[in-house]
Amino acid sequence: MNRHLLSAGDLSRDDALLIVHTAEELARISDRPIKKLPTLRGRTVVNLFFEDSTRTRLSFEVAAKRLSADVINFSTKGSSVSKGESLKDTALTLEAMGADAVVVRHSASGAPHRLAGWISGAIVNAGDGTHEHPTQALLDAFTMRRRLGRLEGLRVAIVGDILHSRVARSNVLLLDTLGAEVSVVAPPTLMPVGVGSWPCTVSFDLDAVLPKCDVVMMLRVQRERMAGAYFPSAREYSRRYGLDAPRMATLPDTAIVMHPGPMNRGMEIAAEVADSVRSTIVEQVANGVAVRMAVLYLLLGGDSS
Amino acid sequence: MSAWVFRGARVCGGPPTDLAFADGRVVAEAPVGAQVYDADGLIALPGLVDLHTHLREPGREDAETVETGTRAAALGGFTAVHAMANTDPVADTAGVVEQVWRLGQVAGHCDVHPVGAVTVGLGGQQLAELGAMADSAARVRVFSDDGHCVDDAVLMRRALEYVRAFDGVIAQHAQEPRLTEDAQMNEGVISAQLGLVGWPAAAEEAVIARDCLLAGHVGSRLHICHVSTVGSVDILRWAKARGIRVTAEVTPHHLLLTDELATSYDPVFKVNPPLRTAADVTALRDALADGTIDAVATDHAPHALEDKETEWAAAAFGMVGLETALSVVVAAMVDTGRLDWAGVADRMSLRPARIGRLSGQGRPLEPGAPAHVVLVDPAARRVVDPAAMASRSRNTPYAGRQLPAAVVATFLSGRPTVLDGKLT
Repeated sequence: MNRHLLSAGDLSRDDALLIVHTAEELARISDRPIKKLPTLRGRTVVNLFFEDSTRTRLSFEVAAKRLSADVINFSTKGSSVSKGESLKDTALTLEAMGADAVVVRHSASGAPHRLAGWISGAIVNAGDGTHEHPTQALLDAFTMRRRLGRLEGLRVAIVGDILHSRVARSNVLLLDTLGAEVSVVAPPTLMPVGVGSWPCTVSFDLDAVLPKCDVVMMLRVQRERMAGAYFPSAREYSRRYGLDAPRMATLPDTAIVMHPGPMNRGMEIAAEVADSVRSTIVEQVANGVAVRMAVLYLLLGGDSS
Repeated sequence: MSAWVFRGARVCGGPPTDLAFADGRVVAEAPVGAQVYDADGLIALPGLVDLHTHLREPGREDAETVETGTRAAALGGFTAVHAMANTDPVADTAGVVEQVWRLGQVAGHCDVHPVGAVTVGLGGQQLAELGAMADSAARVRVFSDDGHCVDDAVLMRRALEYVRAFDGVIAQHAQEPRLTEDAQMNEGVISAQLGLVGWPAAAEEAVIARDCLLAGHVGSRLHICHVSTVGSVDILRWAKARGIRVTAEVTPHHLLLTDELATSYDPVFKVNPPLRTAADVTALRDALADGTIDAVATDHAPHALEDKETEWAAAAFGMVGLETALSVVVAAMVDTGRLDWAGVADRMSLRPARIGRLSGQGRPLEPGAPAHVVLVDPAARRVVDPAAMASRSRNTPYAGRQLPAAVVATFLSGRPTVLDGKLT
C-alpha cells in the first residue's frame, strides 16, 4: 500500500482487495458486544474537516475509536480561501502535535495532495472538492460485494452530476481496477469534457442503461445547478434522470440501488425507491465504518516495516 | 568605460567577428583603448525586449519591485520591458505611468516602458485617459487591461479606434469571462481527472476572433497577449492572411509545458491562460516559427510565497519568467530546429520592439544602432535554482530542470548591466 490514500486510482487491485477483505473481517467485530480492538492504541488520528460532513466525520471517528486510536476532531468552515489560517499553517500545527494520520475533507480539489507534502503522517482523503472520495468508493465496492457476491464483471451505472462528483471519479477508477464494467449516465451538461478518456462507457439515456445493470448508483444533484443552466428545471431533470418506481421495475431482478447520501428525495431518487428492498443506502453507512477501519488499520497499524 | 570590442562574437549566429561599441552605439571599428572582451563561441543578439512583464510596483513590492524585476530582466538578457498596468494603484493615469517609468530610469538595469490600462481601474467600464498616458514622459504606446479581458465589444472597438491617434496598440487578454468563471486549468482530460474547473480553449479563441474582426473593421492595430491554443493560431493565421493588423505573443512556458503538470496540484504550475496540451504546444511552436505569432513575451508574474503555498484553487495565477525565457526558447525553438539565432533575435527583440513602437530598441547590430546587446553561451547547460534568482519571487515552474544556453553579458546603451553572468 501507499503511505497515503489520496486517490482511488492509486490503489492496485491487490491493495483494493486487501482493504475489502480486511473490512470484511473488521465488520464482524461490529457484531460483537465489545466492539473495540487495541490495534491503534497510542496512535493519533486527526479528523480535519474544512467542509461540513457530519456523516463522514462520524464514520471516521467511530472507525478510529474502535481501533483504540486517540481521535482529535478539527472542524472549520471555510479555508484559506476565506482568509482563515492557511492550510500550510494548519498542517504544520498538526505535524507539531504528532498526528499519525490526518483524515481530510476539503472543498478544494487537491488539498490532501498539498497536505501530503507538508505532513509526515498518513493522509486519508475524505473528499476533496470535485476530485475524489476514495473511502466512499471502497465502501461502495464492499457493499456491492456483500450484496452480490462479486465485483468482477458487475455492470454498474453511475447516474447524475458526474461533472461535480468526487464519488463518481473515485468509483469509476476503483471499479475499473476491480474488474467491473462501469457506465456513467448524465445529461451532457453534467458530464466533464474529457470523460471519453475515463475507463467507462458514457450514456445520456438512463432508460437504455437500466435493464443492463447489476448496480445503479444515484448521485446527489443539487437544485442550485439549475442556476448554472446545467438543466432547465428540477422537474425535467427528475423526469429524465431520476430513479422512480416504474424505472426501478425495468432493472434486472437482482439489481441493487445505491446512493452515497445525502439524498434529494423526489429529485434524483423517489422515496419509494430509496426505501425499497433493493436499496443499500443504510447498509452503505454501516459498511463505511468497517471500510474506514480497514484503511486506518492498513495505513497505520498493519505493517510498519 | 565607453568603448568595448567583443572578439569573435557570432552576431545572430553568423560567422565570428569583432563587434564594437563606442559611446553607446555600435561602430564599425573599435576605437583605440576599447575594452576587449573575449566572446569566442558566444552569440551576440540585440538586447531582448519583453512586451509583457509584471513588476508589481506600486502595490505589491513584497512580490517584486521595479529594481528587482529589472535586475531579473537584465540577467535574462533584456534591455527593455513593458510593465503591465495591473498594479495598485492601477497604471491608468499619466501620474502612475510616469512614476513607473522614472523608477525604471533610476534602477537603470533596463528600459522600463509602462503599459497603460485600457479602462479605469481595469474595470472594463470606462476608457482610461489613454491620450494623457501617451503624451506623458512615459510615452505609452501599449495599452492593456491584462489580467482582465476587455470583453465589452463596444468599449473594445472604441479603444482600438482611439489609440490610432498616437499609433498605439491595444494588447488584449483574450478570456471570455462567463466561460471561465472560477476556471483553474485547461479544460480537458486532465481537468476532468483532477476535478478542477476547466478553462476552455474556446473562451480565448472567441475573443480573438471577435477582436480580429473589430480591428479589421476599424483598421486599427491589435495585439493578442499570451496566445495558448491551436484554435487561436488558426484564427490569427486567417486574420493575417486577410490583412488585418494583428500581432500576437506567446509565453515561454506555453512553448514548453503542458497541463499534465497540474496532476501534482502544485500551484507553481497555475497560470492564466493555463498550460494547455501537447498539441497546443506544437502548434504554438510552429506558429512562432512561421511568424503567425510575432513575439515571445514572458508574462513574468511574480507572487509572494504565501500566494502559492496553498490549495490549487486558492493560489494566484502566474509564473516568473524573465531569467529563464531565453533558455526556454532555445529548448523549444532552437534545439528543435524551428528557429535559428536570427529568428530568436527577430521574435525576442526586433518584432516586440516594433509592436511597442520602441525606436531605440530591437535594432540589428549594425553601425549606428544603439548598443543594446546580449551575449549568449549556446553551449552552456544550467539547472534552474529558484534561490539564485534576482526576482523577489521564486515561483518558477522550472526549478530543478536543466535548460540550455546562458546569458553571459547584457549591455544597455553600451554599458554592461550583466557581465560574466552576474549583475554589475
